[in-house]
Amino acid sequence: MPNIAANSLRQASRLCLKPAVSNASLLRASTHRAAAISAQKIATRGYVSESKKDNAQVSVETAIRADQKQFFQETGKRPQDEIVPGTSTTADAMMSPMAGVLKQATIMDEGQRPIYLDMQATTPLDPRVLDAMLPYYSGLYGNPHSRTHAYGWETDKGIEDAREHIASLIGADPKEIIFTSGATESNNMSVKGVARFFGRSGGRKNHIITTQTEHKCVLDSCRHLQDEGFQVTYLPVRNSGLIDMKELEAAIRPETAIVSIMSVNNEIGVIQPLEEIGKLCRSKKVFFHTDAAQAVGKIPMDVNKMNIDLMSISSHKIYGPKGIGACYVRRRPRVRIDPIISGGGQERGLRSGTLAPALVVGFGQACRIAKEELEYDSKRIKKLSDRLLKGLLSLEHTTQNGDSKSFYPGCVNVSFAYVEGESLLMALKDIALSSGSACTSASLEPSYVLRALGSSDESAHSSIRFGIGRFTTESEIDYVLKAVTDRVSFLRELSPLWELVQEGIALDSIEWSQH
Amino acid sequence: MSVLAGVKGDTGQQARSLYRQLLRQGGQFAAYNFREYARRRTRDSFRENMGVSDERKIQELMQKGLKELQSLKRQTVVSQFFQLDRLVVEGGKSGKQSGLRNDIVRQKDTGWD
Repeated sequence: MPNIAANSLRQASRLCLKPAVSNASLLRASTHRAAAISAQKIATRGYVSESKKDNAQVSVETAIRADQKQFFQETGKRPQDEIVPGTSTTADAMMSPMAGVLKQATIMDEGQRPIYLDMQATTPLDPRVLDAMLPYYSGLYGNPHSRTHAYGWETDKGIEDAREHIASLIGADPKEIIFTSGATESNNMSVKGVARFFGRSGGRKNHIITTQTEHKCVLDSCRHLQDEGFQVTYLPVRNSGLIDMKELEAAIRPETAIVSIMSVNNEIGVIQPLEEIGKLCRSKKVFFHTDAAQAVGKIPMDVNKMNIDLMSISSHKIYGPKGIGACYVRRRPRVRIDPIISGGGQERGLRSGTLAPALVVGFGQACRIAKEELEYDSKRIKKLSDRLLKGLLSLEHTTQNGDSKSFYPGCVNVSFAYVEGESLLMALKDIALSSGSACTSASLEPSYVLRALGSSDESAHSSIRFGIGRFTTESEIDYVLKAVTDRVSFLRELSPLWELVQEGIALDSIEWSQH
Repeated sequence: MSVLAGVKGDTGQQARSLYRQLLRQGGQFAAYNFREYARRRTRDSFRENMGVSDERKIQELMQKGLKELQSLKRQTVVSQFFQLDRLVVEGGKSGKQSGLRNDIVRQKDTGWD
């Protein structure tokens, strides 16, 4: 065998040396052909000839492509026509994915993707945040709790920087920030942790105060604590969504352990008077927890000015990655909590488990950007929100839910009377909206927050929440305004109730016959 | 437009060049919202700092701008890798395709059914 190979090689080189190689030659290995071409050139050129850099070098890619072309010309099968066996793609796509894909891709001028106006549910990841995260997903993969090698040190450095950014956004000390998986975990940790810690030691403090408009995770934590024997007061709210300070003061008892009131409501955007609540709680020596998932980075927050003892923060509401959040736990005066997750003692032993450096760094970056852009963003969101509200309220029989003064402009909740909210959402397929929190969007139940405000079932059913964020544009708002106006009037045209209202019949005066 | 226009020497030129580069790079985002934001933010922050005359402050802002440009260059590439369908607001909502690329006409009106 080696003899034959040597023979054929010798033969090939002999053939190549000849100036004119016959096309019928069976030996068509690329090296040989390249040699043949150079041989031809050598034969025709003089001693001094002009040479370009490209000619002097053999580009591997060009050589391969030339080979392919040659091969297919010979066989008569072109790559774009050939289906590779076992797959449904053409040979062209297999060899050069881009070429194959581009042929099939159609670039649309106008798309069908809906406009995103559900910023209370979650926000898009800011590209600047992703830019900070990517290194931790590609190269820096050390465990931040490893103290014995550089891999651990570098990720630990990233985490500590992030912690500082988060702390400076809320005016806290970096040591007071505990990373969790999100605001839900932070809320659970705060409410259950404080209640259990102070309920256990002597069982003196076994009372919790919260409001009816809290997020589900706080309400559910309280319900669980009720099963454990704690007493819970669910404070009612006024029609505006704000709590009554007198009622809160009256509700605080000597055995009250914690007051949990959210800063910005996720459905109606009402901002509670945090400073007053904080002062009251401090004077009564009760811990004050606030769910600030919707507030941090959107309105100025200061834990010392507002006397907040525990605060829940979420990353994905401030253009950060999903799956990370933080809990602020005050150190002076110290807030003792019973950890829910125990283990290796990370995060001051309050929340064990390895941190995800990429997420933490992204969260920190999101906080840094939020602090930097707070003024610019809020000015802009205010402008867009005013535009949207003015347009929506100019429709007849529409009302804004919640307080019209003390609310975060990025959350606009409007009721459209005589229109079913869910059917309006269906009609507004080209806009991503929600009638309430994402957690309850699967059920058709009217929002419990709006019910707590005292609005009727019909009104709660017909309300829609518009969330405006950093990346919302003016043209999107205009589009939404036009679409909502069109669809609302269309749906009202269909509605028999609307007809009655137009005729001036009060709907309450009608006696509906039972069937 | 001409940020730091009062400054003598090359700084004004540099700033203008940076401004143009940031605008151009920002326009490369595949996602509509990011594209618009990048352009708007660049324009607004340059306009905001138009009157800055302190040399050190100018240098600081330029460094910040350069950092943003680097990040933009990376992120626009990432954005282009994962393209999605366009938003309904982009270029009206006729649902038709303009140009000579392909003759696909969308029959369905979005949002009604």
